[in-house]
Amino acid sequence: MSELLDLNLVEASKALKNKEISSLELTKAYLKSISDTSSLGAYLEIVEDKAITMAKESDKKLIDGNARPLEGIPVGIKDMFCTKDIKTTASSKILENFIPTYESTVTQNLWNDGAVILGKLSCDEFAMGSSNETAAKGNVINPWLKNKKMSPGGSSGGSAAAVAARSALAATGTDTGGSIRQPAAFCGITGLKPTYGRCSRWGIVAFSSSLDQAGPLTRTVSDAALMLNSMAGYDQKDSTSANLKMPDLMDYLDKGIKGKKIGIPKEYTQNGISEDIVNFYEKSIAWLRDEGAEIIPVSLPHTKYALPAYYIIAPAEASSNLARYDGVRYGARQEASSLDEMYELTRGNGFGDEVKRRIMIGTYVLSSGYYDAYYLKAQKVRRLIKEDFENVYKKVDYILTPSTPTTSFELGKKQDPLTMYLNDIFTVPASLAGLPGISLPVGLDKSGLPIGIQLIANSFDEAGLISTARVLEMSAGFNFIADGAAK
Amino acid sequence: MNDTSTLKLGHIQGETGIWEMVIGLEIHAQISSKSKLFSGASASFGSEANRNVSLVDAAMPGMLPVINEFCVEQAVKTGLALNAKINNVSVFDRKNYFYADLPQGYQISQFTKPIVGEGEIIVDLDDGEQTTIGIERLHLEQDAGKSLHDQHPTKSYIDLNRTGVALMEIVSKPDIRSPQEAGAYVKKIRSILRYIGACDGNMEEGSLRADCNVSVRKSGEEFGTRCEIKNLNSIRFIIQAIQSEAERQVDILEEGGTIDQETRLFDTSTGETRSMRSKEDAHDYRYFPDPDLLPLEFSESWVQDIKEKLPELPDSLKKRLIKDFGITSYDASILVEEKDYVDFYQQAANGRDGKLTANWMITELFGALKKDNLSFLESPITSENLGELISLISNGTISGKIAKEVFSEMMKSKKSPSEIVKEKGLEQVSDDSEILKLIDQVISDNQDKVNEYLSGKDKLFGFFVGQVMKLSQGKANPGVVNKLLKEKLK
Amino acid sequence: MPNKDTIVDVPTVNKIARLSRLDIPEVNKESLTNDLNNILGFVAQLDEVDTSNVEPLASVTGHKLPLRSDDVNDGNIEDLVLKNAPESSSGFFVVPKVIE
Repeated sequence: MSELLDLNLVEASKALKNKEISSLELTKAYLKSISDTSSLGAYLEIVEDKAITMAKESDKKLIDGNARPLEGIPVGIKDMFCTKDIKTTASSKILENFIPTYESTVTQNLWNDGAVILGKLSCDEFAMGSSNETAAKGNVINPWLKNKKMSPGGSSGGSAAAVAARSALAATGTDTGGSIRQPAAFCGITGLKPTYGRCSRWGIVAFSSSLDQAGPLTRTVSDAALMLNSMAGYDQKDSTSANLKMPDLMDYLDKGIKGKKIGIPKEYTQNGISEDIVNFYEKSIAWLRDEGAEIIPVSLPHTKYALPAYYIIAPAEASSNLARYDGVRYGARQEASSLDEMYELTRGNGFGDEVKRRIMIGTYVLSSGYYDAYYLKAQKVRRLIKEDFENVYKKVDYILTPSTPTTSFELGKKQDPLTMYLNDIFTVPASLAGLPGISLPVGLDKSGLPIGIQLIANSFDEAGLISTARVLEMSAGFNFIADGAAK
Repeated sequence: MNDTSTLKLGHIQGETGIWEMVIGLEIHAQISSKSKLFSGASASFGSEANRNVSLVDAAMPGMLPVINEFCVEQAVKTGLALNAKINNVSVFDRKNYFYADLPQGYQISQFTKPIVGEGEIIVDLDDGEQTTIGIERLHLEQDAGKSLHDQHPTKSYIDLNRTGVALMEIVSKPDIRSPQEAGAYVKKIRSILRYIGACDGNMEEGSLRADCNVSVRKSGEEFGTRCEIKNLNSIRFIIQAIQSEAERQVDILEEGGTIDQETRLFDTSTGETRSMRSKEDAHDYRYFPDPDLLPLEFSESWVQDIKEKLPELPDSLKKRLIKDFGITSYDASILVEEKDYVDFYQQAANGRDGKLTANWMITELFGALKKDNLSFLESPITSENLGELISLISNGTISGKIAKEVFSEMMKSKKSPSEIVKEKGLEQVSDDSEILKLIDQVISDNQDKVNEYLSGKDKLFGFFVGQVMKLSQGKANPGVVNKLLKEKLK
Repeated sequence: MPNKDTIVDVPTVNKIARLSRLDIPEVNKESLTNDLNNILGFVAQLDEVDTSNVEPLASVTGHKLPLRSDDVNDGNIEDLVLKNAPESSSGFFVVPKVIE
């Protein structure tokens, strides 16, 4: 068993194609590790029968020599993706019984390429959170320092925890302000948020439409490349989807970074960032320099304002996107004698506190008399933030930053919403600018928790992002396995 | 009660003086597209509940809107027909409110940057006068679904078939001063929409409905507080509702009260407006740009292409009919009211007497259709057949009197006039020898009258003509009868 | 943007909750009001930024809005549309009676 779990996605794919292993045995190994690590709470729904059926189909294709790019690879799906005939709740009580009659474009792309579904992964409710503690069914436990019950980060906490715990070979996530990159950093794995428009949003429960973007959480950079190859693609059903072909990312793994210019923004090493992270950040800079990159100090002057702008824009869009959860056409209705009372009870009961806070903030900043001061102002600042990046990309190819200001924290320790929001301080700027970013593990801090470093590329340069991340990955040589991972 | 007969339309005589109405209209016109504005479900009317509903229309989680090109084209076409400014960049906004038949919890509409800006149209009034009404804007938006409240004592039933159907909202400036002007304005807009094919204009099925903003003021004063009467679906109701609402406001103001700005409904059974029972809390729609859609952009050349393909519109058509067919301005304005009328007329009048054709169409055909309770499209008489009838009159085959007989037969049997004339032997008799025979008969039968006439009683000439015509069963050509009688009675 | 400690009070929170159709239990109102004030106080930092002559940015996408042709290719799926409905009857969604 352990040997099967030791294989990363690229290795497993090779072994499957060489008929050294079968998808059925690989899938069964992962189903077993799901059950072995169930105390982490990463999975909301396990679809064992479907997984077995799909694995068998994949084995047939493998034997017939018709293997597709992800043939037989067992993956977990964040519960924000609608999956046909499989309960999809967005970790919310309001959708506790919702069974979509349709499949999201991104997951359909995975199945079309031969991937096998294991189940649905927990996340913060409606992807609103940075610790996975807002999930209706309870938090997920980070497999690192398992006994201390650390947060896996959020919102894709279940996805990150499952990949780190080896209960999924790879997982999908969604990232609105850092929801792929921050949990990847907390769980010692790789998380890639593509350029806005790269992956279709059709069939993904919407949180903030101008920011939401799907991406993979994987063990390695090459695994991420293979996953994104399948997930990405133009979709006519999403008006914001980019009609641009993404090159085969696997071709870019070993391009190296000789002569590439890496920008180091001075605004990302401010107070409050942990010393261990600063050390590994400096090491990462040195590694890239050693590999032939030119290191250039740059400035993104409006960085400080990204988080406040984000906490206006994202809640504003969310307040409107979540209006459809009204108990009329689907969802858990609270009966009442009048329509308005039904709405208020259904929504008051069905949404958790954090979701309610954000709906309230969003409603407030859009309401008459406050729109200009909050929402319009935030959109103007968003332009300044985007322009900061545009200016910097005239001088450099990639930007290197820490992924998070701290490593993971103990569950239940951060009660104040605002303190929680600060977790996303390094990931939010790229989200607002729509840029692709990747977080990868480069080391452990003194307490043994993983440290993530983030690379940000220019729009639609996922290929270059992969090349650069791969160099950093090789230099860092991070090969630790979480103590809570399946053996 | 004061005598109101001398008051101008749109004026109300109060105790304190004469009040004037200020009216602005928001017309919601359903675009004649096959599918909805943002989904591929059918936009057709009258299907079973929730049949024409896609997952997008039902606002299932993760569903996204994709805009219908045809609808964008119709909005641009309409803008051009309203002589309005076309905005090559416009933005879709979300209008947020909760209602059972609004599945998304917001309506996709256009708020700050509509697809069409200011324009104006000329409106023909009943007295033959014309007036210009300003257009404030035109924007694209989604229709809402339908709530049925009469199916169950404590429940409402929701049908989403109309949800997401494409509407154009055409907003007038507050330039309208009487209910009749409002009616004429709606008529004109409807006529333009039908000409260009952007909307079928069917008010009964709700393809065209209007919200009326009404206030009153003393002449020369600032605008008063307005009330909005929602969802009026006939021109008659629009006229009634505005009149009754304005009178209500005058009554309140004259008693020293003030008008609450509110939304009202028109009760067709009482002919009065009433406040909506469920008053929304102060509306706060929280408009913001829909992040699922990008700004709608198109090139000037695309707009030009549409402009070139635009059909001839009522105003220019009217001028052309007067010039080409020599008809009166009044007749022309009736004929251009509907595209179907004018198409019919042009076919019937082609190469014939335009004035005579207009007379026959407006007086006889419209009258007969009304009498038989038929719509214009149900007319048993085709444009070809009416044209043929005009030809038969003009070339003397039948007299005007016989023509009326033929016409009523055409209404009944749908046969062509020449067929009827032939079958019934109704051709006009113009042959001298035939007519002379009749004249001889009349003379011999009325020898005493002949003597009177010859002794100077000139007035009797008409009597002889009448007798000859009677004897010919109306078929004798009256001109020939006149000529020959004169010769005979010299 | 007001930059005071108290940006919203309980009545304002009630109004916003009503607009959002959220039932907020009385006991939670004070702490919710505090949270909202903290967050609104935090985002008020944007006041420091000079945004005169800056156009608001609603979308980072560079492309134009794609248009679809007017084809009927969806619908006729009443069963799927109604499948998750908490209450339905003869093809309709059913809700508590609405008074107009």
